[in-house]
Amino acid sequence: MKMEVAIADKKSIKAEPVSEKKRNRITNIFVFAFLSIGAIFMVAPLLWMVSTSVKTKEDVFALPPVWIPTDISFSKYAEIWSMGPLLSGISNSLIVAVTVTVIGTITSSLAAFAFSKLKFRGRNNLFILLFASVMIPYPALMIPQFMMFSSIGWVDSLLPLIVPGLFGNLFMIFFLRQYLSSVPNSIIEAAKIDGCSYFQIFYKIIFPLIKPAVAAQLILWFMGIWNDYLGPILYLNSPEKQTLQLVIANFNASYAIQSDYPLIMAASVVALLPMLIVFMVFQKQIIESIAISGVKG
Amino acid sequence: MKATSKLYRTEERYAYLFIAAPFLGFLIFALVPLVYAIYGSFTDWNGLGQMNFIGLENFKNVFQDEYFYKAMYNTLFMMLGIPIGIVLALLLAMGLNRGIPGTSTFRVIYYIPVISSIAAISILWQWAYNGDYGLVNQFLALIGIEGPNWLQNTSTVKPALIIMAVWKGLGYTMLLYLAALQSVPKSYYEAAKLDGANALQAFWHITLPMVKPVTFFIIVTNIIGGAQIFTEINVMTPTGGPEYSSASVVFYIWQKAFGNFQLGYASAMALVLGLFIFIITLIQFKINEKNSFDMD
Repeated sequence: MKMEVAIADKKSIKAEPVSEKKRNRITNIFVFAFLSIGAIFMVAPLLWMVSTSVKTKEDVFALPPVWIPTDISFSKYAEIWSMGPLLSGISNSLIVAVTVTVIGTITSSLAAFAFSKLKFRGRNNLFILLFASVMIPYPALMIPQFMMFSSIGWVDSLLPLIVPGLFGNLFMIFFLRQYLSSVPNSIIEAAKIDGCSYFQIFYKIIFPLIKPAVAAQLILWFMGIWNDYLGPILYLNSPEKQTLQLVIANFNASYAIQSDYPLIMAASVVALLPMLIVFMVFQKQIIESIAISGVKG
Repeated sequence: MKATSKLYRTEERYAYLFIAAPFLGFLIFALVPLVYAIYGSFTDWNGLGQMNFIGLENFKNVFQDEYFYKAMYNTLFMMLGIPIGIVLALLLAMGLNRGIPGTSTFRVIYYIPVISSIAAISILWQWAYNGDYGLVNQFLALIGIEGPNWLQNTSTVKPALIIMAVWKGLGYTMLLYLAALQSVPKSYYEAAKLDGANALQAFWHITLPMVKPVTFFIIVTNIIGGAQIFTEINVMTPTGGPEYSSASVVFYIWQKAFGNFQLGYASAMALVLGLFIFIITLIQFKINEKNSFDMD
């Protein structure tokens, strides 16, 4: 009798996880379906963009819509280069983004090193003061900044977009300082005793240690500059001076009247593709870096 | 003793050298412009002639300017996308946190709009919102709904912009939530289950409190970003939309400053916007503090 109860007990204990497992699997199927539908909504507009860019005019205005055009034509991808200053747009965007991120990363990581590992008077107060400026929204600064650059004749050049960035990026400083707090101070003390100068400590010890974090931050910053629109629209007037984002916006403004959507979409795909490739290559580092910044931030 | 203080001084000199660049940047590109914006907002600054002091005139005008109120209303209205995005992103993140196959692929797919250029995305959605041939209305036609001419209609232009903003930002919010969910110890849920809690109770008493810091971070950054919405408006509705119904505050500031050269007036508006963002953020911090206190 007692045995039986014991066995029955055992059975019920055993039986429960099985049914729960099953329930879990059914839930997972629903979740998977839900995520897949969401994913379709995420990519559909982008696929639509690519699809439009290779369509002929008849297919663009076909009802019901054609997802895979009967005539796939890449002619618009050849045409865009002569229809607007796309090439100079790409090179201008590259000049701004590369200069700012390379030099700005050096200044930012040096500052992060000082704020986290060197002792000096006012360290915390200076850091708080610097970081408080993040609170000031750009629209409040853009008018005086514009007048400032205008008075030294920098309007309609890339300099107003480049120069401020060279002084460093506060988010990068903040993030790297956080990252460096896990590096033991004893490493630095040991290097000092070995007679390393502070510059040597930075590039021989600190920089190699924070390289992964720096790389992720640099990529994010690069993307931000590449995709920036408000800064360029304020400063750049001549077509050949404009960055890529402005060039494609002007494509949109000029060719929408002629309903040349394949041309506009082709130019937009070209503007989108570089960052998409960068993201695909570095997605692991980028996603990790974002996740950390959110949890710690 | 003397040797250490000398060493210390060397260290201090190097430290100041290393932080010199961001500090100079702060002075030249933030502090000086801010002071100048404040000064300019009390003048009739137009970029050409003299700047005459006119007291609070600009600020008085800001609060009597129906276009400013309209732009402010539009901006706040478009922030309705923030709660929608948060709820959707949390749901998606909870789904992704179950460890089902394809998790990393989903993560990448949802994140693609985030890294995409906002100008290109705006161009794409402007085309998608085309009344006759756009993707959105063609999709709606499939389920028997005749869609409006989204961006030309005062009642649909803001919802259209909200939908696009949710679509673009979803992946970022989802990623932050996923990271937060992954840091919740599994034992919490196991303990809750032993205590007889159902899934809804576990969500309410474990998941939500555990993701609260991230939710706070998301709300604050989204409000700061949402208050400064500009590019979408400029690309998709270059004139500010039908009856100015999609113009945001920054769009209006930009028009006033660089279209009409009313720099003093635009500066006053920018400062009002800045103050608004600051107060909202402060309130958020206060609410957050109070709630954390309640929890203890």
